[in-house]
Amino acid sequence: MSTEGYTTADGRKIGGVLMEMKNITLRFGGVKAITDISFDIREGEIRAIIGPNGAGKSSMLNVISGFYVPQEGEVWFRGQKRAPMRPYEVARQGIARTFQNIALFEGMTVLDNIMTGRLTLMETGLAAQSLWWGKAQREEVAHREKVEKIIDFLEIQPIRKTPVGRLPYGLKKRVELARALAAEPKLLLLDEPMAGMNVEEKEDMCRFILDVNDEFGTTIALIEHDMGVVMDLSDRVVVMDYGKKIGDGTPDEVRSNPDVIRAYLGVEHA
Amino acid sequence: MAATDELTSVPALLARNARLYAGRPAWREKEFGIWQSWTWAEGAAEIRGIALGFLALGLNRGDHVAIIGRNRPALYWSMVAAQMCGAVPVPLYQDAVAEEMAYVLENCGARFVICGDQEQVDKVIEVQDRLHLVEQIVYVDKRGMRKYDHSRMNALADVEAEGKAGHFRFDAELDARIAELGYDSTCVMLYTSGTTGKPKGVVLSNRNIIETAKNSSSFDKLRPGDDVLAYLPMAWVGDFIFSVGQAMWTGFCVNCPESAATMMTDLREIGPTYFFAPPRVFEGQLTQVMIRMEDAGRLKKAMFDRCMKVARRVGPAILDGKPVSLGDRLAYWIGDKLVYGPLKNTLGFSRIRVGYTAGEAIGPEIFDFYRSLGINLKQLYGQTEATVFITQQPDGEVRSDTVGVPSPGVEVRIAENGEVFYRSPGTFVEYYKNPESTASTKDAEGWVATGDAGFFEEKSGHLRIIDRAKDVGKMADGRLFAPKYVENKLKFFPNILEAVVFGNGRDRCTAFINIDLTAVGNWAERNNIAYSSYQELAGHPRVYETIARHVAEVNASVAQDAVLSGCQIHRFCILHKELDADDGEMTRTRKVRRNVIETKYADLIAGLYDGATSVATETEVTYEDGRKGAIRATVRMMDAATVPPNRTPDRRAAA
Repeated sequence: MSTEGYTTADGRKIGGVLMEMKNITLRFGGVKAITDISFDIREGEIRAIIGPNGAGKSSMLNVISGFYVPQEGEVWFRGQKRAPMRPYEVARQGIARTFQNIALFEGMTVLDNIMTGRLTLMETGLAAQSLWWGKAQREEVAHREKVEKIIDFLEIQPIRKTPVGRLPYGLKKRVELARALAAEPKLLLLDEPMAGMNVEEKEDMCRFILDVNDEFGTTIALIEHDMGVVMDLSDRVVVMDYGKKIGDGTPDEVRSNPDVIRAYLGVEHA
Repeated sequence: MAATDELTSVPALLARNARLYAGRPAWREKEFGIWQSWTWAEGAAEIRGIALGFLALGLNRGDHVAIIGRNRPALYWSMVAAQMCGAVPVPLYQDAVAEEMAYVLENCGARFVICGDQEQVDKVIEVQDRLHLVEQIVYVDKRGMRKYDHSRMNALADVEAEGKAGHFRFDAELDARIAELGYDSTCVMLYTSGTTGKPKGVVLSNRNIIETAKNSSSFDKLRPGDDVLAYLPMAWVGDFIFSVGQAMWTGFCVNCPESAATMMTDLREIGPTYFFAPPRVFEGQLTQVMIRMEDAGRLKKAMFDRCMKVARRVGPAILDGKPVSLGDRLAYWIGDKLVYGPLKNTLGFSRIRVGYTAGEAIGPEIFDFYRSLGINLKQLYGQTEATVFITQQPDGEVRSDTVGVPSPGVEVRIAENGEVFYRSPGTFVEYYKNPESTASTKDAEGWVATGDAGFFEEKSGHLRIIDRAKDVGKMADGRLFAPKYVENKLKFFPNILEAVVFGNGRDRCTAFINIDLTAVGNWAERNNIAYSSYQELAGHPRVYETIARHVAEVNASVAQDAVLSGCQIHRFCILHKELDADDGEMTRTRKVRRNVIETKYADLIAGLYDGATSVATETEVTYEDGRKGAIRATVRMMDAATVPPNRTPDRRAAA
């Protein structure tokens, strides 16, 4: 694939490389979680990382998000090699994520939770915000406007003022997506966005992920167990098994890759 | 006929309001968490822009413009803009599946369709694959629309921008078309919900709409400062009269909720002064209040019960301006400070001056509850063909079992067989492309058959409706059979959502019952009854016991009516699924379709009459997206206690 990007089957233009993983190896003591993996994520695409349990998918996502620093290899983001950094620095770079086991503030309302997604974008200091006067007030109004657009987009108006703790699981997942979107990320990482959802919730979530990608042009990298979802959603898929990359390509390519079939989907009967 | 200074069309009323009430709010919509508002002047400018845009797209005189979506100012504006172009707006039910939509679109031959969002556009495209009628699709919400083929599709905002940009080209044409509008030009076409057969397009002229709006507004003294909440389907005549007709005539403000799910919150925020709701909305709210009071602390509950007792005793009398003792007035005043005021505020009814309910009978307890709080809730009786109003209750003459006196300008007469006829300035012009139906409904003198049976009460002069005239039948032994009369009595129990009574031409009556999941579910929770599905709860023995008690009470009450005592229910069963409009069992306005149910559940009805104790059945269901599925169940049949009709009620015996 050329560096200029490509055009997907449904006519979306995918841009150049946004993030590149070069020969990543991650060890925990003697355990090799990831062994010499390279792949790239292009601007505007939906990129999935799949693999059986323990394949190293979540570790990979944590490397992308900068939470883990690999012992070997390089992470390049927007044309620059990335040095080890703190979580807030990652957020400032334009990377936001959701978590497999929801990490929201249960006692706060949906609105407040989403507002926290904009923390890194706020400029006024603690004192000014406490007094809520002048610039701080204007700033909050501007941020609230952005947040309301996201609430509208994800259709969660009826629960705007509901404490997150009272919401069902599927809605919490949506609120988490909203918070990640509030940070206006260049790259959105989704850790098993459909885990534990029923069919209807899955369909809704799929729709929202596609809409986010389409309307905001956000690049999305996701880990997902549900094969049906992955194949429908993503433009390109990386397949991992035992910490190694065993396949990389469009869903169709991956589906017909014998290694992938053997490792992930089971042995094919002739 | 040149009426009141040439105000003979909705666009003419708009022009007047833009002049007279320029700076007053005319439309509000909650979006992005804030109530956005438009004054009459601003709204008029938007509407003109849209109308110019429609001309640019090639909208012709006499074209039909279908409007599909939830209540939003942009869609109301589109309707008026279409009128300005000499076209006829045709609002459609937004929850209609593509198939139903296809019939209406084909019948009216809509060239333009205005859709609220992608969901509606998808349905129109699906229909379009078969019909090839629609030439332009315009949508309001841009979300998800990027990838569609836009060769004959536009966003409303773009249409408006194009219209405004090209106004030099189209101004003269638009002004000419507005000037052509008169009292006899078509204002709107609304499809009847079709309790029987296919929907019919009811053509209403500007005369129908404006005369009716004028009469009804003065009847209830509506004024420019009033607020309504526009949340009922735009395809329903009531919404058109309240949110367009009366709003344009009096110049009050139309408020659109953020989404259907936020309606209750939005209601509270707006606090409308003029409010309409079908009985089920009031029932739902009351159920909510009661459920929450069950969970309240003992002190609060005691205070609530005590104050409500006072309210029930003297509230309606105070509201009607009847004499009430000073002590009672004081007690009511205290109750108002402690309970009624805060409760009304929570419900969003603090500012209500006039509230209406119609469409179905409302339970006396429910009706009295709201009136005792000091909410001026009244009933009206009407239909699409009458531009809503046939009869309504004047302030101070309100009762739960009548529908009031003839509205101003309406003549009502009762035919030999008890059917109600009316004639009024609101009487529809015709059914579109259906002269036979027009002729069979409206006679040469303008009298229209309502299809309802009723009578005027001697004392009060109020009209009472018993049932649909065609549903009123005879039982095998010749006794009168009025199913709705019994069904309504059943539905007054909070546990019962729907009831369908059978018995026409048979020796005794039986019934299907639908439980109300909110009320029964809450009861189950409080009594530690576990259930995993609607079906399981519906079949629970203790639910059957409760419903059997309700049926027995209804039988006792029916037995007291000399004429209708034959309608007591001998056996009943609780249905394993809720009756649903998607399955064709009800109309979109939630009226039961008797013949559909009779064919679909023939096995259950047979079971009710042949003495079976239970019937295994399989029912087809349609999901919201149109897919079909089936549910299987074994439905239990139960005998009910009846009162022998030839005895007096005080000597009740269980059969």
